[in-house]
Amino acid sequence: MSAVNLISAESIKLFSTRSPWWCNLLAMVLPVGFATAAVLSWPTDVPISVTEVQMGYQFGMMLVLVMAALAVTTEYRFGTMRTTFQAVPGRSSALLAKTALVAGVAGLVGLVAALGSLGVASVLHPVSDLGLGTADELRAVLGVAPVFVFSAVIAVAVGLLVRQSAGALALLLVWPMLVEPLVSVIPTVGEHIQQWMPFVAADHFLRGERSMIADPVLSPAMALAYFAAVSVGLLAVALVVARRRDA
Amino acid sequence: MIEARGLTRRYGNKVAVDDLSFSVRPGRVTGFLGPNGAGKSTTMRMILGLDRPTSGTVRVNGQAYHELDQPLRRIGALLDAKWVHPNRSARAHLRWLARTNRLPDRRVDEVLEAVGLAAVANRPAGGFSLGMSQRLGIATALLGDPEILMFDEPVNGLDPEGIRWIRGFMRDLAAQGRTVFVSSHLLSEMAQTAEDLVVIGRGKLISQCTTAEFIDNASESLVRVRTPQAEELRAALARADAEVRVEVETGALLVSGVTTQLVGEVAAAGGVVLHELAVERASLEQAFMRLTDDAVEYQTTALPAPELVTAGR
Amino acid sequence: MIEVEHLTKRYGRTVAVDDLSFSVRPGRVTGFLGPNGAGKSTTMRMILGLDRPTSGTVRIDGKPYRELDRPLTRVGALLDAKWVHPNRSARAHLRWMARTNRLPNRRVDEVLETVGLSGVADRRAGGFSLGMSQRLGIAAALLGDPEILMFDEPVNGLDPEGILWIRQIMQRLASEGRTVLVSSHLLSEMAQTAEELVVIGRGKLIRQCGTAQFVDEASGATIRVRTPQVERLRGALHQEGIEVRDEVVDELPTLVVAGTSSERVGEIAAAQGVVLHELSVQRGSLEQAFLQLTNEAVEYHAHDGATTGNEGTDR
Repeated sequence: MSAVNLISAESIKLFSTRSPWWCNLLAMVLPVGFATAAVLSWPTDVPISVTEVQMGYQFGMMLVLVMAALAVTTEYRFGTMRTTFQAVPGRSSALLAKTALVAGVAGLVGLVAALGSLGVASVLHPVSDLGLGTADELRAVLGVAPVFVFSAVIAVAVGLLVRQSAGALALLLVWPMLVEPLVSVIPTVGEHIQQWMPFVAADHFLRGERSMIADPVLSPAMALAYFAAVSVGLLAVALVVARRRDA
Repeated sequence: MIEARGLTRRYGNKVAVDDLSFSVRPGRVTGFLGPNGAGKSTTMRMILGLDRPTSGTVRVNGQAYHELDQPLRRIGALLDAKWVHPNRSARAHLRWLARTNRLPDRRVDEVLEAVGLAAVANRPAGGFSLGMSQRLGIATALLGDPEILMFDEPVNGLDPEGIRWIRGFMRDLAAQGRTVFVSSHLLSEMAQTAEDLVVIGRGKLISQCTTAEFIDNASESLVRVRTPQAEELRAALARADAEVRVEVETGALLVSGVTTQLVGEVAAAGGVVLHELAVERASLEQAFMRLTDDAVEYQTTALPAPELVTAGR
Repeated sequence: MIEVEHLTKRYGRTVAVDDLSFSVRPGRVTGFLGPNGAGKSTTMRMILGLDRPTSGTVRIDGKPYRELDRPLTRVGALLDAKWVHPNRSARAHLRWMARTNRLPNRRVDEVLETVGLSGVADRRAGGFSLGMSQRLGIAAALLGDPEILMFDEPVNGLDPEGILWIRQIMQRLASEGRTVLVSSHLLSEMAQTAEELVVIGRGKLIRQCGTAQFVDEASGATIRVRTPQVERLRGALHQEGIEVRDEVVDELPTLVVAGTSSERVGEIAAAQGVVLHELSVQRGSLEQAFLQLTNEAVEYHAHDGATTGNEGTDR
């Protein structure tokens, strides 16, 4: 079975119901909205940095996590996963096609959100001279795309493992919002462990020295590689489990 | 006794039930048949006072449903087996119903026993299979020991043992002198259960009569004869003005417009040996299809043409 | 051709399918019967590679399902009509399925036409009645024009016209040389549709044989004879050592004869110059035969005669 067909089948699935459209639209609109709000509340004569403008990526990421997890869990909920496995009994190829599509869409959404944020901010705050001149600025803007891509991969994997919407979404929202930030509270080792939390690493990649890690071991580029490795590892586990389990 | 007179129900521009009059007599099982969308469920809901007729009346033992005192003791109904709170146990469901009509709790255990759910009575109804829900629905209908019982598609989800059980059950209820009114799409099942039929299509009455009459009216019955002396018998029957066809696969003679007695007499007179002499009745399905032909809401066009066989071969 | 060999499936301690072996041949409709909980659906899911057998194998034309290339073109199945996303249109549902197996979109329109859903193809499947969902499920099964078809309770929710239609479609598919396996609880329906039966109970094979054979073995056929010369025929049959029972059928005195053929009775009657008014073979029903054979395998029993016992108390 060719990859093109499987991805095309998955895109029919993704775009033939309404909720992915809403999720993706909001994932683009919310960061831009955040950038707008940030710029408008910023003093007009003090320059704002690109990193500050991109802070809203987290809202977009949440929606991408929701969109990607639902793409899997609704299939379990409505029994279409069985039909999928009936059509593609190897299972992994269909699930990889789904991951590729969802992650690709997420990347595109991230790119639009980041460029949109930058564009709106530079129009509304001409003093700042916002651009993509430095390496930090490039990462902060274009880096949103790969972060969204691997976030989506994590969400697909969690969806495959948990199979229920409520459980998967709770885990995916609570983990980056509550668990990872609170790890630093653990005495002595907390701060050291925290930088190995995947979403903290992703944040470090995007925001460099402005991220919450005080004393980073990884360079920003390595942090992204680490985030990617975690997502791919999780997906590999999920694929093995999905292959073995009764559908 | 259920009597509908000029019963009509409109939803906006759509007429679901259209000037429908019929009566359902006690002491027999009456089948309620019609294609999808014919208005069967709407009619049943109006009998129970759940839907209000646009015009016309329906009376249960001479009274409208809302005038009945302790209605569960007069009429028991199973319309949808899923009308149960999923987290409530079967026993609790029946107990609150019993309480509304001042029925003793003892009665709850009796009906649970009757439908074979006594062992699972304390489990939440949400975990029941469709067949078990169906049994619970039947228990609900029986609760008030009513004289009139109404079932909408009762064998839905039951396995063969359950199907046979409910058929016997309905016949017993009728034999006790109760009025039993049952809708079903399963015509071979209805042919075995119902003595009387009320057939509707597009909300209108198509026929009310006994099942045997319904079949006989819709399609003539044939006499099927097998004999080693087919030519002789054929000629003899032709002289008796009977119309004879030959069944291609078996060589049997199919004779129309005569009784088996007549064919037997003709054969004996001509010294013809018979190997089979039987009435071949049309099925209820054939009769139903003929009479409701233009009352079907949406019809499947054709069977798949064999030339569709291309894609994967 | 579907071959099931020593198939077993355990869920924890319960054995859903227990060392089950049977094969389903092409060119005929094979009925798959069993009481509730006998393991029919589990077996069908294992045939499709959806559930993993604890032990044993299933082969589709000699290969495990998972090794089939473009499986929708080999096996079409309707296991549950509700396995559709409620917010997706019927057409979109079939299109994504078609795409996975490289089937043309034209084929989607063809099967929609076949099952009579063309008019509602762009409506969301969640708004479909059970009968319409069932038709969509059948369209999905036919999509790849497969040689093997499997249906789990296909007439569920269909009205009489739909029931007749599905019976004809299954017979048509079988007559084209395809393999058709159908499970159903409606035995009078199966008696009309299936030529061959696979009967299971408590996960084990009870019987695999032709439908007629199954019925005749379980409940032998009897012959019903009516004649104005009852005594004469009775005497003649007795002389031949044939057993005769008197019954009243439809208010008419009737002789019921067992252990011989209708041909033989007819010849004896003719030899004696007895006029016959009826000479018909009464076969047992598939239901009788089935209930007799699966009696022990039924999950739970309702109390027979409960009505006469309990209903009386309140009167």
